[in-house]
Amino acid sequence: MTLDKVKKGQQIIIRKILDELVRAQAIRFGIAEGSVITCQEIVPAGPVVVRRAKQEIAIGRNLARNIDVELVN
Amino acid sequence: MVDNKEKLINATIVGNPNVGKSVIFNNFTNTYTDVSNYPGTTVEAICGRSGNFVFSDTPGTYGLSGFTEEERLARDIVLRSDMVINVVDATHLERDLFLTQHLIDAGLQIVVALNLMDEAEEQGIYINVEKLEEELGVPVIPTVAVNGDGMEKLLKLLCAARVGNITPGIMENLSYYKLPQRESLLVAEGDLDTANRNNCKPGNRRDLFYRLRRDRVNGIVASVVREITVESSMASRIGHIMLHPVTGIPMLLLTLFLIYQLIGVVVAQTLVGYTEEIVMGGMYQPFIRNLLSGFISEQSTIWSILAGKYGLFTMAVTYLFGLLLPLVMGFQLVLSILEDSGYLPRIAVLMDRILLGMGLNGQAVIPMILGFGCVTMATMSTRMLGSDREKFIAIVILAFTVPCSAQMAIITSMMAGLGFYYALAYGLILFTIMVSTGIILSRLLPGSPSGLWIDLPPVRLPRLSNVLKKTWIKSTDFVQEAVPLFAGGALFLSVLEITGGLEAIENLLVPVTVNLLGLPKEVAGGFIMGFIRREFGTAGLFTTPMNPVQQFVALITVTFFVPCIATAMIIFKERGWKQGAAIWLSIFVLAFVVGGIVSKLISLINIMPGVSVMPVLSGITVLVLALVLYINWNGEESLSR
Repeated sequence: MTLDKVKKGQQIIIRKILDELVRAQAIRFGIAEGSVITCQEIVPAGPVVVRRAKQEIAIGRNLARNIDVELVN
Repeated sequence: MVDNKEKLINATIVGNPNVGKSVIFNNFTNTYTDVSNYPGTTVEAICGRSGNFVFSDTPGTYGLSGFTEEERLARDIVLRSDMVINVVDATHLERDLFLTQHLIDAGLQIVVALNLMDEAEEQGIYINVEKLEEELGVPVIPTVAVNGDGMEKLLKLLCAARVGNITPGIMENLSYYKLPQRESLLVAEGDLDTANRNNCKPGNRRDLFYRLRRDRVNGIVASVVREITVESSMASRIGHIMLHPVTGIPMLLLTLFLIYQLIGVVVAQTLVGYTEEIVMGGMYQPFIRNLLSGFISEQSTIWSILAGKYGLFTMAVTYLFGLLLPLVMGFQLVLSILEDSGYLPRIAVLMDRILLGMGLNGQAVIPMILGFGCVTMATMSTRMLGSDREKFIAIVILAFTVPCSAQMAIITSMMAGLGFYYALAYGLILFTIMVSTGIILSRLLPGSPSGLWIDLPPVRLPRLSNVLKKTWIKSTDFVQEAVPLFAGGALFLSVLEITGGLEAIENLLVPVTVNLLGLPKEVAGGFIMGFIRREFGTAGLFTTPMNPVQQFVALITVTFFVPCIATAMIIFKERGWKQGAAIWLSIFVLAFVVGGIVSKLISLINIMPGVSVMPVLSGITVLVLALVLYINWNGEESLSR
């Protein structure tokens, strides 16, 4: 599934970031393919807020749609 | 180097946004740069000298990548420097060390300031500094910059800056380029500007290098950081409340209401009532007139220049110190608190969806809110936006629809006198025009808004000393900038009045002022002043007596009137002369168009018997807004199909 489909509180692992620029941007924040992140908050029809370690990042819905993720159980 | 006493060393302060670069810069150079708790405070490089060192402060950046204009600026300054002071946030090592390693991989001489050590401790993060030093291969100095801790040691160790341990797997890829290491690294990573400057083809190693670097940084962090999980603190709970729409939107509205109460009621009415009427009107003006009448005849030209209707010592001084200064201080105080608390980026997240419709993303909320402080500064901060299209849209919205704190101040105090329904109609019209401008531009310009990617800094209780210092600096800056312009403007108007030029212009503008807007022809003077500064024009309008409806129309028109000279200069600088002139002229015309429509609408409503004007005008505005949104929504639907 893609990041915009994730529900609040779910732990997910990043599988693939399609956009090259977003991929480079994400990796600088410590979010790379294979990283485990938590969905902190979802603004309805708006951005997805994720957390990795102490770092909180808000990702716009259009970007989130291009990030493939998988649930961690 | 034998003669190193004479040799100046370019030391650049680099770090992620919001980690304390500017605080350290201030500490070294003793000047004040703008410090706040959100990304994008430093949009231009600032230099200062201390001893042999020339320090440059740079905009925050997450790597030497040049994805945004700010990052390109930081990159270029770094490329030119002799050494780098890399400021690192101890609570975000994983994120921050990526930049550190990037700088190391570029082969630069580095000292690391491990800042915010107090917050790290509070959060239960323990860092083995010696081990970190060993891993990176450069000196690491723990600091708490806001308290000055570690600053002396940092300054002393600047000359110990050295080249660190490069990420394994990168060096062997660089020898192909016959360039200095810093340039070869960037070219290999596909940096266009650096490649063009060195006349070579950009490489395709970015993905590989970034991944290697990320792995190395994660390894370092795992070996030097020991973390004891602390229960979800108060700050992160508040951060949560700010973000969740159910609590966030009421909180945003409550914040706006409190700001209105503080600025619109306490400052604009109570405080200004005292400073303008009692101190200036009741004590200062009679005193100065009395003093002057001892030297000058009240019929003379000099008298009208100094103490007449547009008098230098009467009108200009009263407006500046009695009316504007208290209000500007109030606004700057509020903005400083908002900036330092970490609330602004969270508002950006909440507003993202709405701004997408205007061709922007949530990040544009920051220049918009800053615009209510100072449009000039806000226009400069549009550089943080992702694309040229967004910068253009944001600049037009700022210049056309956002009143700055000084203008807002006068508007607020006028509105307070007119009553609630006037204020409501005003707010709705402002909002509708703002949204419509964005929607229309977004439709006209090709492209789509870039996605939001924003780092949320921790919620912090603003430091009182920093807030007060910032308020003070901004307010004194305002006075220094405004005094010559106010004096010049007042002088210019007095001369126009005495020579009869003012009357000629007033008569020339009758078709616009009287026929279109339904205002007395004397308001032309206010608009002329508006070219210089918006608030000056706004204040100038009300030297002429008007009825409430006329005041309302005048306020609407002057709100959308052309931005002040300083903003215009920045727009010309950012957009070039051609585009700048087009923006300026369009706004000039549109302000009168909007004012004219509102004026005509009011006369239309007035014809209907038994209706109160302002509630109906508000209703019509809401309908227009709904219509614009509906058309836009439908358009979006059909576009996506």
